[in-house]
Amino acid sequence: MEGRDPTMKITKPEELQQHPEYKEVLVELLFQLADDDFILSYRGSEWLGLAPHIEEDIAFSSINQDTMGHAAMYYQLLEDIGIGKADDLAHQRPSSERRNAVLLEEVNGPGHYLSEPRYDWAFAVVRHYFYTQAKKVRIDSLKHSSYEPLAQVAVKINMELYYHLMHWRTWFIQLTNAQGEARERMKKAVAKVFEDFGGVLTLGVKGDRMVEFGLIESEKILKQRWVQAMKPVFAEVNLDLPSEFGMKRGNGRNGEHTADLDEAIMTLSEVYRLDPLATW
Amino acid sequence: MDSNLAIEKIIETLDAVKDPEIDSVSVIDLGMVEDVQVQHGEVTVKLLPTFIGCPALDIIRQRVEQTLLRLEGIERVTVEFIRHPPWTSDRITEKGREKLKEFGIAPPPRQIDSNGEWHVECPYCHSSFTVIENLFGPTACRSIFYCKQCKNPFEVMKPISTWM
Repeated sequence: MEGRDPTMKITKPEELQQHPEYKEVLVELLFQLADDDFILSYRGSEWLGLAPHIEEDIAFSSINQDTMGHAAMYYQLLEDIGIGKADDLAHQRPSSERRNAVLLEEVNGPGHYLSEPRYDWAFAVVRHYFYTQAKKVRIDSLKHSSYEPLAQVAVKINMELYYHLMHWRTWFIQLTNAQGEARERMKKAVAKVFEDFGGVLTLGVKGDRMVEFGLIESEKILKQRWVQAMKPVFAEVNLDLPSEFGMKRGNGRNGEHTADLDEAIMTLSEVYRLDPLATW
Repeated sequence: MDSNLAIEKIIETLDAVKDPEIDSVSVIDLGMVEDVQVQHGEVTVKLLPTFIGCPALDIIRQRVEQTLLRLEGIERVTVEFIRHPPWTSDRITEKGREKLKEFGIAPPPRQIDSNGEWHVECPYCHSSFTVIENLFGPTACRSIFYCKQCKNPFEVMKPISTWM
């Protein structure tokens, strides 16, 4: 086992050659970060033209564009350390190699965006808000990551995340504090999201090693910070925050996924697979 | 060519490379140029990306290359997008802020109140009687406002800062 010096910083991808174990764990973390943002921005982009009003259509697509940009930056970090081309990593990997949380791959609702979409806006708001807050907690920790290229990316992403979080928090509070159908549907969406939210908060089997190498803080600390950030919001909307979050449909960090992800990959990579050598 | 002179000339030339989505401001006005190096006819330009997912970045890269290659004595141009330091909206120059207004976009507010509110002047009539319509606008970097004085909708460049 490699010894770990807590003050060790890796400033360039080339230095990773001397630290094979560190590199292996870093790659795992980068795939989790990249795949989470990638699949959720894809699900978000399926809402284009279907959001409740035109202002939301503009806002949501802008957020999805930012988020896809964040995924691209993480895939670029993987490319920089020789794992493969960023575009290939995004498009060509089968679901069994993906590390995103299962919650983020779930379809937006019944139907298809081309015909009879019966998407659930309550689910969209809750999933995006809870995820964005988890991402904020992660990014704040990554700003101090021992892998400096990742710490720099985190600083950059954090500035854009500020607006995303503000956006989703506003929707969450307003809809949950409304009466009648809105509140009922939000409560249902919250219960549904919590069933799989453990999958978003986990760092997977290599989580302890990530902490040891100073890449990110522990799953436990990150979870506590998420709960801490959500407490006042849950008090404001008069809902209870559970103490445990489920992983009902499996742990995506271990490559466990649902058919929703296979279908999404088939769709999003359709054009790319027609001619993988094309220059865009 | 003396390399100091060359750098001066290159920066002057870069001021002609405009943002493809806001053609009154250049990459210099936006504060995107972090470093320029010249050696034996080879130029390396380090640029800071504004918003990460901005589709204009590749176009900007191409335009910088094409424009500098037209300079005498320049044989190769390399454009690198670097992540550190991060681009922030206070890097936009005074000239850049004026040029944004000419285009009908209010420059990014320099301060945000503790309650999150921005004070923005209408780029058309300069009234401060303005309200936010949508934090998100037609591109990643802009928000939509409305002027209650001259009754025009207008766009504002979003403030982006490391304290966020």
